[in-house]
Amino acid sequence: MSGKHINLTLKVWRQKGAKDQGSFVEYQAKNVSEHASFLEMLDAVNEEIVAKGEEPIAFDHDCREGICGTCGFVIDGEAHGKLKATTVCQLHMRNYNDGETLTIEPFRANSFPVIKDLMVDRSAFDRIISSGGYISQNTGNPQDANAILIPKADADEAMSSATCIGCGACVAACKNASAALFTSAKISHMALLPQGAVEKNERALRMVAAMDSEGFGACTTTGACEAACPKEIQLTNISRMNRQFLGAVLTQRPKHKDGGAG
Amino acid sequence: MANILDSKIPSGAIEDKWEKAKFENKLVNPANKRKHSVIVVGTGLAGASAAASLGELGYKVKAFCVHESPRRAHSVAAQGGINAAKNYQNDGDSTYRLFYDTVKGGDFRAREANVYRLAEVSANIIDQMVSQGVPFAREYGGTLANRSFGGAQVSRTFYARGQTGQQLLLGAYSQMMRQVDAGTVELRYRREMLDLVVIDGKARGIIVRNLLTGEIEAHEADAVIIASGGYSNVFFLSTNAMNCAVTAAWKAHKRGAYFANPCYTQIHPTCIPVHGENQSKLTLMSESLRNDGRVWVPKAVGDKRHPNDIPENERDYYLERVYPSFGNLAPRDVASRQAKYACDEGRGVNESGKAVYLDFADSIKRLGEDKISERYGNLFEMYEKITGDNPYKRPMMIYPAPHYTMGGLWVDYNLQSTIPGCFVAGEANFSDHGANRLGASALMQGLADGYFVVPYSIGNYLGGTKLNKVTTNDDAFKAAVDGVKKEISTLVNIKGNRTVDSFHKELGNIMWENCGMGRNAAGLKKALEEIPKVREEFWQNVRIPGDPNYLNVELEKAGRVADFLELGELMCRDALEREESCGGHFREEHQDNGEAKRDDTNFCHVAAWEYTGNMKTSVRHKEELTFENVHLATRSYK
Repeated sequence: MSGKHINLTLKVWRQKGAKDQGSFVEYQAKNVSEHASFLEMLDAVNEEIVAKGEEPIAFDHDCREGICGTCGFVIDGEAHGKLKATTVCQLHMRNYNDGETLTIEPFRANSFPVIKDLMVDRSAFDRIISSGGYISQNTGNPQDANAILIPKADADEAMSSATCIGCGACVAACKNASAALFTSAKISHMALLPQGAVEKNERALRMVAAMDSEGFGACTTTGACEAACPKEIQLTNISRMNRQFLGAVLTQRPKHKDGGAG
Repeated sequence: MANILDSKIPSGAIEDKWEKAKFENKLVNPANKRKHSVIVVGTGLAGASAAASLGELGYKVKAFCVHESPRRAHSVAAQGGINAAKNYQNDGDSTYRLFYDTVKGGDFRAREANVYRLAEVSANIIDQMVSQGVPFAREYGGTLANRSFGGAQVSRTFYARGQTGQQLLLGAYSQMMRQVDAGTVELRYRREMLDLVVIDGKARGIIVRNLLTGEIEAHEADAVIIASGGYSNVFFLSTNAMNCAVTAAWKAHKRGAYFANPCYTQIHPTCIPVHGENQSKLTLMSESLRNDGRVWVPKAVGDKRHPNDIPENERDYYLERVYPSFGNLAPRDVASRQAKYACDEGRGVNESGKAVYLDFADSIKRLGEDKISERYGNLFEMYEKITGDNPYKRPMMIYPAPHYTMGGLWVDYNLQSTIPGCFVAGEANFSDHGANRLGASALMQGLADGYFVVPYSIGNYLGGTKLNKVTTNDDAFKAAVDGVKKEISTLVNIKGNRTVDSFHKELGNIMWENCGMGRNAAGLKKALEEIPKVREEFWQNVRIPGDPNYLNVELEKAGRVADFLELGELMCRDALEREESCGGHFREEHQDNGEAKRDDTNFCHVAAWEYTGNMKTSVRHKEELTFENVHLATRSYK
């Protein structure tokens, strides 16, 4: 396919490892097809870098369909670049003009240490999930799925929260590096469903505690997270999380010891 | 010696086999389960659900993934849905019908007993996923919604907008993370399996590379489950994620696990067409679109008018014309081939001529834009982002692309490979889809294997097998570690002139041209001459900059391409030997007016390849297939 071609100057953050000092390095992206994705443009730049025997720019990516949440970095100050509701893998070069200079750097947050170049370690998100982002249901003998009736509006709202891809753009966009949008999306998804509502208090307490202990900042409701989110996860999730957390704190009961005589 | 390809199908009527097997399986006492360790390689639907279930049962599980988080596994990208024989719509579905459709859809090259079990547990899967919080689409009254999918005439597909794979994966992942919290599952991220360790003929561990540090690690266990997905990336351009590879399965193959039906690739009919230079992958548009979209091309060769300017009587709705009873919902292989024929005749659209229209104009007229947007909105947005075209105003352009691989490691009914103690789940095994995969059946198989089959098989194996104590200090582990280190050092020391991707693209091109939607003897023979040459050059001229003892993406890719260069050859050999057409394997010499012509007399079998030291000497074994319930018949969707 033909179409337009453009030339760009890229200022890319290069950093060998978490403990090394990084800096911007300039590259030329030449003759870029408007149909290429942003990552395909970087692939082409990398092919040239490798051909010179140098190490290519490291960036995380995988499905390149906007769903796995692996990719993402900051382009000209915006997480996932300038298109709203779009991951960087789905950002196509037709959105840029010939001759532009772009600054590319990793998601920055203390809880997301840089691994190399544009790659950061987001394993803190997994630890937040393992602290309570699930429904305690063993495998094998649940009741028939239609025995739990869920109003369509509730199911849709749970689904909207569940579409979070865990990319971390919300953290990168937040001046406090808060993980409230991510955590609240999962808390909302579960709490909106009857299956998950049963343990919602315990879940809110544990997940908020995990989020805090990972060193993410506090939420001050500036909304930068919502604006950067490629899946348009809404701030209302944060309100729901706060309400639940507060309710859970106020009504927390001492835990009973299980077990008994045999 | 007994036949190594013993399928171990339980005796008795098809409806009773799984019950019988479960009862006859050996059990492990609850108190003894924690003494057994199991390694799970891959944390997609099959791997995460297996790890979660085994953890719950009390086994010590170590799960490994190449990703930075298990939630990234490529199962996440499946869009359309998951089948289950719930018959909620009261439209005539049943376990038997799902079984029947799947056997027929697979063009009679799947094992009946496995498929029946899949259909049987499908209903449990939906219950399980709902109970753990998967927000499936619902009707206003609160019951689950269903839609129909290619290859089926009933509505049995459950879905969560166009993100069903993501929601199911998040469900299985959350269950696994619950076990991580409980301490039964230990998760290792960014680890790639580079060898399988076999001691006394049994799988006892794996060797992995820590992708962050470059460190080579050895891990021992009482059993290993490989759930590492499929190998469509052998084509370079496919719908698979960039990191999907055959490596884990291939290393097991080289240690003695037979590789079955490698030539069975599914070409998915509804992908966004290739746009040209620099393209890294192809994006699938959910098959569910075919429920409301009509596929057509201009009747006239070379008609380059804007689609909206082409009047109805000058359009060829070829699927509706050729297959009146299934129409746009014809199975994937059938729909893909028809698209190819239309383009081969010069009636393809797009500048490349390699695309057909998928048109929603009629549905929008009938149902309104709101309804269409509710059903497929996110897919339409994705299409617009990629192509710059608005599919509400102009028909989508689609073309077939490599998607799913039905071949994989050979397994018996218990999902055990030819190496005792090495189990294979999900797309990595060959078992349930035959020569073709119907829509919405991959998610079903991944979860069936992980939640409902492997946990029983593992119990049976560990309960009935005497295992000597091994440690990672044993010679077999040391030798495997040394082998892996040696291969890495060989690769980085080549210091040649060509990038890894350039080899991958060259191989992909050979595969697509000669072992793609259509295959013939001449092309396959040509490919079998070319691939060894590419492989030879790769090992002499690949360039991998950087440090192997640190994060090195080029090194990771090189290892995967090295394995694809071997697998590609095996795929072509398998395709050449299979002198018939079936499902996704279309041998041009064997057709009836464009329809696949099967040869049940000579090829009603699984071909399972044994590695004997190098690609040239691989030996082809056969597992004969018998069809006692769904009688062998020519597939017709007319």
